Amino acid sequence: MRAVTWQGRHKISVETVPDPEIVNPRDAIIRVTSTAICGSDLHLYDGYIPGMRAGDIVGHEFMGEVVETGACSTLKRGQRVVIPFTISCGQCFFCEKQQYSACDNSNPSETRDASELMMGHAMGAAFGYAHLTGGYAGGQAEYVRIPYSDVGPVVIPDDLADDDVLFLSDILPTGWQAAVNADIEPGDTVAVWGCGPVGLFTIQSALLLGAGRVIAIDHFPTRLALAKKYGAEILDYTQVDVREALAEMTGGIGPDACIDCVGMESHGFTVDNILDQVKVKMLSSTERIHALRQAILACRKGGRLSIPGVYGGFADKFPLGQLMEKGLTVKSGQTHVQRYSGELLDMIRDGKFDTVSLISHHAPLEDAADMYRHWHDEQNLYTKIVLKPGLEKGAITARQEMEHA
Amino acid sequence: MSRHKTDLTDPLLLAAAGAGIAALATGAALWQRRRQARQAGEYEPIATDAPHWTLDKASDRALFGKSLLVNRPRAELYAAWTPERFPEFMENVVAVDDLGDDVSQWTIKAPAGREVTLVNRITERVPDQSIYWQSTPASDIANSGEVRFTDAPAGRGTFVSLILAYDPPAGEVGRLAAKLLQREPEVQARRDLHRFKQLMETGEVTSNASPSARSAESPAEPHI
Repeated sequence: MRAVTWQGRHKISVETVPDPEIVNPRDAIIRVTSTAICGSDLHLYDGYIPGMRAGDIVGHEFMGEVVETGACSTLKRGQRVVIPFTISCGQCFFCEKQQYSACDNSNPSETRDASELMMGHAMGAAFGYAHLTGGYAGGQAEYVRIPYSDVGPVVIPDDLADDDVLFLSDILPTGWQAAVNADIEPGDTVAVWGCGPVGLFTIQSALLLGAGRVIAIDHFPTRLALAKKYGAEILDYTQVDVREALAEMTGGIGPDACIDCVGMESHGFTVDNILDQVKVKMLSSTERIHALRQAILACRKGGRLSIPGVYGGFADKFPLGQLMEKGLTVKSGQTHVQRYSGELLDMIRDGKFDTVSLISHHAPLEDAADMYRHWHDEQNLYTKIVLKPGLEKGAITARQEMEHA
Repeated sequence: MSRHKTDLTDPLLLAAAGAGIAALATGAALWQRRRQARQAGEYEPIATDAPHWTLDKASDRALFGKSLLVNRPRAELYAAWTPERFPEFMENVVAVDDLGDDVSQWTIKAPAGREVTLVNRITERVPDQSIYWQSTPASDIANSGEVRFTDAPAGRGTFVSLILAYDPPAGEVGRLAAKLLQREPEVQARRDLHRFKQLMETGEVTSNASPSARSAESPAEPHI
């Protein structure tokens, strides 16, 4: 089959590789019909995630059709399914608590040692994301082996299109959990750093969960325009001092909840961020936490801080005293996708989310290398890319009606 | 490939740097513990609740202990811990032969493609709680141990503890070499215990077997 592979920093190639096989009774194999490139795929692309090996198949946002099932799978051939990016057994202590991304069985015994050394405990597994999280092949491919297929996959009714439901795999539940973790009270003001796909779903989720106002922060005009379309007030950090603007918009007390949808590769031409970039280059740190620092300083006293943005290791100049003295509550973590799949599918059917208008491009799987480059270099124009296996190379469709592009 | 060797953000380099920092930190922590232990020498030591295999000690024998939470009832796990099922989750065990009188002979993969034979006698069984064993003089490696099953609090299942003491062949140097080759008993035991947990909780041993663009790998075999 054809698959998108990581070959090194800024090196992505589409290769012919062996087809996956059923190895355990609960497995299934799906034929991929749609697969998206995620913001966190850029962390792999930029080489910030340790434990990648040349030849790894990437991709963790995907859906498709069941083509083969193991003896204990509950899926049927021909069913359309969306696959959660987290691999979860459903039966360990963590899965029973619905903390699916902390699954204690999905990271195999061979790969969990390194993960445990680095994090204190071995992380749960994910598709297409480094060997610290299991070393499973990803979904930017024609076929994928799905372990524990009786627990994760969400069966999709025929009347919903791929674009309507594809993001149930990661970014929609991630945005939803980010808002849930902000413990929003009716009428709250919620500030969201980053208007990438996760930030855009966080904005929609925060409003659905009762926020009175959502204030979104970014600097790409197209992404800010989408944030406004979804109901947020917007700030361009190249135009204002974000903390001053937030304070002035909230009578001086600051937002009740702050959500960092940026993660480890924060942008911005500020002193702390430039220092972070230098340190990361010199390997004395892995994180650029400018957005997170700003969120902690901006948040109201006794407020809530939610961190869906991905971080990988140690950070510098973390405002710990500010966090403690202001009495902030912090919630974070990879997404417990399986916990939210059912209710979010119902909400999509009820038209509560706009899952489609953030997609800027549909492209053939064969064009993946070009698409990674665009996704990395042209974040204003490329707001979300969906790859389609089987399409002929070059058959790219861009959404033209994008305002403010 | 060589182009990437010079790249400062190469993930392997990053991992190596991380490992270096971790090693330094471990060294510093050990030094600090020794220093504290020396200071504590001025006082009468107090008995604590730490499992005995986690305490600092001076012994020629390598002592290893590992506990895991398994989300199944204690009696079910005790019943499943039988030589017939060992090959399902003990990767380095080639065969377990019953010699009668509670003595069994274990053939185990060792470094450099060799095999080691252990001859162990079960010395005590406490139903649903513990199994103790001790090697016989015929064993290639002198060893003793216990597998212990205790109820986890709040209905969480069972703590399964594997406690193992053995004389490392070729002493500490041999032990380090085995560790590098991932055939060291501690590494084996820890991974086997995880596989036991996977098997008992999910009904199968977890595998990341899947395709890659590395020609040496099979999509049906697990990989590191």
